[in-house]
Amino acid sequence: MSTLPIEHRGVTELAQGLAAGEFSSVEVTTALLARLQQHQDLGAVLATNAEASLAQARAADQRRANGTATVLTGVPLAHKDIFATDFSTSGMATTAGSKMLAGYRSPFDATVVARLGHGEGHGENTNAQGAGMVTLAKLNCDEFAMGSANENSAFGAVKNPWDLARVPGGSSGGSAAAVAARLIPAATGTDTGGSIRQPASFCGVTGIKPTYGVCSRYGMVAFASSLDQAGPMARSAADCALLLTAMSGFDVRDATSAERPAQDFHAQMLTVRAGASAARPLQGLRVGLPKEFFPAALSNDVHGAVHAALAELENLGACLVDVSLPRTELCIPVYYIIAPAEASSNLGRFDGVKFGHRSAAPVDLLDMYKRTRAEGFGPEVKRRIMIGTYVLSHGYYDAYYVQAQKLRRMIADDFRACFAHCDVIAGPVAPTVAWALGEQADDPLRVYLADIFTLPASLAGLPGMSLPAGFGNGGMPVGLQLIGNYFQEGTLLHTAHALQQASDWHRAVPRGF
Amino acid sequence: MALTPDDVSRIAHLARLQLSAPEQAKMLVQLNGFFSIVEQMGAVDTSGVEPLYTPLSAVQTVELRLREDVVTETDQRERNQASAPAVEAGLFLVPRVIE
Repeated sequence: MSTLPIEHRGVTELAQGLAAGEFSSVEVTTALLARLQQHQDLGAVLATNAEASLAQARAADQRRANGTATVLTGVPLAHKDIFATDFSTSGMATTAGSKMLAGYRSPFDATVVARLGHGEGHGENTNAQGAGMVTLAKLNCDEFAMGSANENSAFGAVKNPWDLARVPGGSSGGSAAAVAARLIPAATGTDTGGSIRQPASFCGVTGIKPTYGVCSRYGMVAFASSLDQAGPMARSAADCALLLTAMSGFDVRDATSAERPAQDFHAQMLTVRAGASAARPLQGLRVGLPKEFFPAALSNDVHGAVHAALAELENLGACLVDVSLPRTELCIPVYYIIAPAEASSNLGRFDGVKFGHRSAAPVDLLDMYKRTRAEGFGPEVKRRIMIGTYVLSHGYYDAYYVQAQKLRRMIADDFRACFAHCDVIAGPVAPTVAWALGEQADDPLRVYLADIFTLPASLAGLPGMSLPAGFGNGGMPVGLQLIGNYFQEGTLLHTAHALQQASDWHRAVPRGF
Repeated sequence: MALTPDDVSRIAHLARLQLSAPEQAKMLVQLNGFFSIVEQMGAVDTSGVEPLYTPLSAVQTVELRLREDVVTETDQRERNQASAPAVEAGLFLVPRVIE
């Protein structure tokens, strides 16, 4: 039995404690709500509602008493504030980190929220029961998930728990910081171009972006619909596997949801490889290293940490093979054409009519639209709307938008060629460790360029993962990225779990937390 | 080919964004900075390549699903309008559009 205090237990340890009757969900919820209050200075939390959380915890304890609990029932988590949470049951607004949606009261839960929580109340969905997790908070993020440092939130920056003067990464910066600081055992995130993997790397937590279509996008405030994916962020691959199992699966409400049977990612994670032994659980696993992921410009500390993690994978039986993703650099313009194009279309709905901010005393409809959007959106969102509007406009559409989508096909084909020679691809998540708050806030292009290693998998729709791989400059965490073939989340989680059984980088706790 | 201040005004109008003069000036510099890295895209020969509009179509046939044309939702008008800036008698109010 674990002797760790509640706040230092991950999802697995809390689930075990709840199942053993060591403590109740109400006790865990009460303890963690107090901890969230105590660490408000981190800036990770946008909303809590103790009454609503405790009601969910009581329901979870009741479910456990009834014998209808799932493994996750009663374990708390928090949601990135890009997920809609029904205001009538959660008592928490849904803001997407934007002034445009300040105080917005969602009339429904996102599918991911419902499946992790009390279930989908109506309709023909089969997952009506829900995992019974307790929602503790809504977490800060970049406005409409656009950013790589969480400095684009209308509600203030988030600090990195490993160094309060540094950024936590983004856009799921609040999720990563809160999990790293042990305020919550797990959080949801979303990843459009790296928004789960990069903050997980910067804050030393484990996060997985599944294959496009694995998690429903219903109720996720849309940024770029052909790229957006939800995923879990937690302390370990095992914890992520439990969450991903509960939050994934076909959803009729998302037109791009992948039609496939429910998956048990935790069981897939534990599946023993043919020829493996206890000492060499990854025997025969071919790990591809794209040479473009190890350029001369890669920071030495990141290079060193990633290579130490790769050496550990070799010790565990994996073999490293050289592969190539020749269009890695091109991913930056391709992504920053496609994502803003889709964003400019998705964000057209924010016009001051049906929900959200409206400017005062408009003289006519056009004036209302223009001033509403000028006042409601922050600078990065405006930049992306402008890029997107331009590349979709008459005369430029073929040269920019269509060309980018053709290159996207070539990028996906490059991955297909790699996976003929390897089972997973490995490399760094980001070229450096977390940078200082404010350091790059006024240099958008430099921030875009730092997304280079996460964009390729996003464009191809492949699953990607970040897990702690030691520390670099300033004692800051470095993440190892693993990219799998389509629907090979089980292989990623298996690889990450084997590494975490043999190392303790993921158990390190930032000082003061 | 760099964008001009007129281009920025035109795009801002299409995007229904009111930008102040200083915002426009800054936007022009930042957009031109961004498009300087976009030029490399044009150098790649993509003739005969199908655009990949949705990623799963790289590995499987993606069919657009159509649902049955039946009522599946209950009336939620009040809840749906709870966050609207201006509502009267169940209708969304906007500035007068017809004199």
